[in-house]
Amino acid sequence: MTELTLVQAVNRGLFEAMRQDPDVLLLGEDIGLNGGVFRATEGLQKEFGAERVIDTPLSECGIVGTAIGMALYGLKPIAEIQFMDFIYPAFDQIVSELAKFRYRSGGQYPCHVVIRTPYGGGIRGGLYHSQSTEAFFCHTAGLKVVVPSTPADAKGLLLTAVHDEDPVIFLEPKRIYRSVSGEVPEGDHRVPFGVARTAREGSDVSILAWGAMVPTSLEAAAKLADEGISAEVIDLRTLVPLDEAAVLASVEKTGRAVIVHEAARNAGFGAELAARIAEKALYSLRAPIARVTGYDTPFPYALEHLYLPTPERIESAAREAVRAG
Amino acid sequence: MAGSETPRPETSVGRRTVPLSATVEDARRLFGSDWATVVARAFRWMVFARSFDARMQGLQRQGRIGFYGAATGQEAVNVAVGLLSRPEDWIAPGLREQLVALVRGHPVSSYVDHLFANARDPALGRNMPCHPTARDVHYLSMSSVIGTQITHAVGLGYALRLRRDPGVVFAFFGDGATSANDFHAGLNFAGVWGVPVVFCLTNNQWAISQPVERQSATATLAEKAAAYGIAGRRVDGTDFFAVAEALRAAIGLAREQKLPSLLEFVVYRMTPHSTSDDPTRYQPPEFLAAAAAHDPLERLGDWMRANGLAKAAEVETVRADCDSEIRRAIESAEAVPPPDPESLFRDVRSPLPKERSRSQEVS
Ligand SMILES: Cc1ncc(C[n+]2csc(CCOP(=O)(O)OP(=O)(O)O)c2C)c(N)n1
Ligand SMILES: [Mg+2]
Repeated sequence: MTELTLVQAVNRGLFEAMRQDPDVLLLGEDIGLNGGVFRATEGLQKEFGAERVIDTPLSECGIVGTAIGMALYGLKPIAEIQFMDFIYPAFDQIVSELAKFRYRSGGQYPCHVVIRTPYGGGIRGGLYHSQSTEAFFCHTAGLKVVVPSTPADAKGLLLTAVHDEDPVIFLEPKRIYRSVSGEVPEGDHRVPFGVARTAREGSDVSILAWGAMVPTSLEAAAKLADEGISAEVIDLRTLVPLDEAAVLASVEKTGRAVIVHEAARNAGFGAELAARIAEKALYSLRAPIARVTGYDTPFPYALEHLYLPTPERIESAAREAVRAG
Repeated sequence: MAGSETPRPETSVGRRTVPLSATVEDARRLFGSDWATVVARAFRWMVFARSFDARMQGLQRQGRIGFYGAATGQEAVNVAVGLLSRPEDWIAPGLREQLVALVRGHPVSSYVDHLFANARDPALGRNMPCHPTARDVHYLSMSSVIGTQITHAVGLGYALRLRRDPGVVFAFFGDGATSANDFHAGLNFAGVWGVPVVFCLTNNQWAISQPVERQSATATLAEKAAAYGIAGRRVDGTDFFAVAEALRAAIGLAREQKLPSLLEFVVYRMTPHSTSDDPTRYQPPEFLAAAAAHDPLERLGDWMRANGLAKAAEVETVRADCDSEIRRAIESAEAVPPPDPESLFRDVRSPLPKERSRSQEVS
């Protein structure tokens, strides 16, 4: 075990993956010589050479398109998109190609690419360095969508992603890249997909969150405890595959659900969670399902503190749910 | 073979086709002492493709298959790549290169199963007709999205080079695709990286209703290669020998030096864009006359008759043989039921340890 920040844990995970398997290679903008704009790939090109840690021209469509070609030949490319906000030039490649290769070829061409990208607000990044658009990818059959919230999970889920056989969108909560640190197991540490983590146990209300919203929710839960409200915080870890059983079990226990995400509310992944709870645990509910989310506006710069869910907004949603029944 | 690079030789006057300029010596230089066999095989595949296209367009009109996109007029390019590529090479197809898979050995019957989207289709009827997958001959699975395969080919080329494997990748796309972002990204990455990829741009002068002049302001499409620092060449794509010669050079560059090149094959789209298209709305009638003069099949047949291969160029005999193969494949495919309903849920992801089949359980 070593105490690491989240971004250091990503870096260790990449080192481990590249050491384990010569077919693993990295490609992206500024990831080699510069070690990545967030330093997630620091030291990797020096260790593994420029053929396996590739500084690419500036084209996300090119990065993901060529990564797909490498994967079709049996390599295990990990592509970095510098910010999630810049993933759209590659959206066609991800949605039309990467997600569908296996299906449309009748299983003849599995296509295993991991796409890592820092996402989310809270870094004064404005419209184009802040977005959380996981819902686009959850909506596309064939992709797995992973969002770690702790350093240990960042490494463990990344190594699982690299050894998976399906395309993985690996979303790194850049706001907590350095603000969160924790013990990270050495070596081949893997965290399975589809298994949520109970970040805090509680009995009155279930707070469902992922990525950077997990520490925010934990902060809210701590304050709620002072008022005598026992909040359970479920860290989903992977949105696809979803640990539906864990979500339902928690909501059935507490009878109240507060869903938290940074993304805009309309058609966000919270809507899917709310629907599943309504479909399968409606009779356990003692209060309406609540969503604490970003607003249906573009992501703002000066007012980002108003846009992002805060512990206070989560607390008041939880209080209201408890008051309701 | 002077003149083989002339892009659009003028329409034939009083002659049925524009004669091929290759000599028997050229053929021997290209294909070795066995040149006559190679040329006869090429001719046979062109006749096959012509018959196949006609038959399948007919089946579509009768409602027996759902869709068909012919490659009539583009056969010389497809046959030449099929014959000159090696088993270890890879094909990243565009819309009209199914023949390449067949020439490389993918069974005709399997392709016909795909056209009928039956239970025997290797891709289980998931893609619309003319979108086959043929891993047996290193033929990638295609989407309908124009251009996306170009960057795949470059990544595949990178992988071949990284592993020190000998293969070459042939990336196919049309004139319309040169406007798409993947064309730019793909050729740019290829130039920067240095990869064994032959970009086969089949300029059939149309992208559905848009003539190539409205696709690009450059005089040729081949000259775009200069912008990416790679070799570019414009070739008469209806001249089998010119195509083969250009391919030989590009393949050599890719195989020996791991370098990409762009070949613009100028051809004539002799049929509608697809079975859903009506070219009388946009195509001047003169186009088809010019196309007839550059019919790659006729041009090769004329050349064979003039160069001592008259017997192998007897269209009726060759066609009868091809037709019976096509007929058998159709009869067999039509009798096969559609894919099993359960197959809808397979291959979305890698099989779960305990394979499940309900969609809710998949997500
Ligand atoms: C991205 C995209 N846009 C539009 C279409 C619809 N479409 C199908 S084929 C085609 C024209 C393609 O022209 P070209 O690249 O010259 O190929 P050709 O059909 O001539 O072989 C268009 C517009 C598509 N399939 N994909
Ligand atoms: Mg065209």
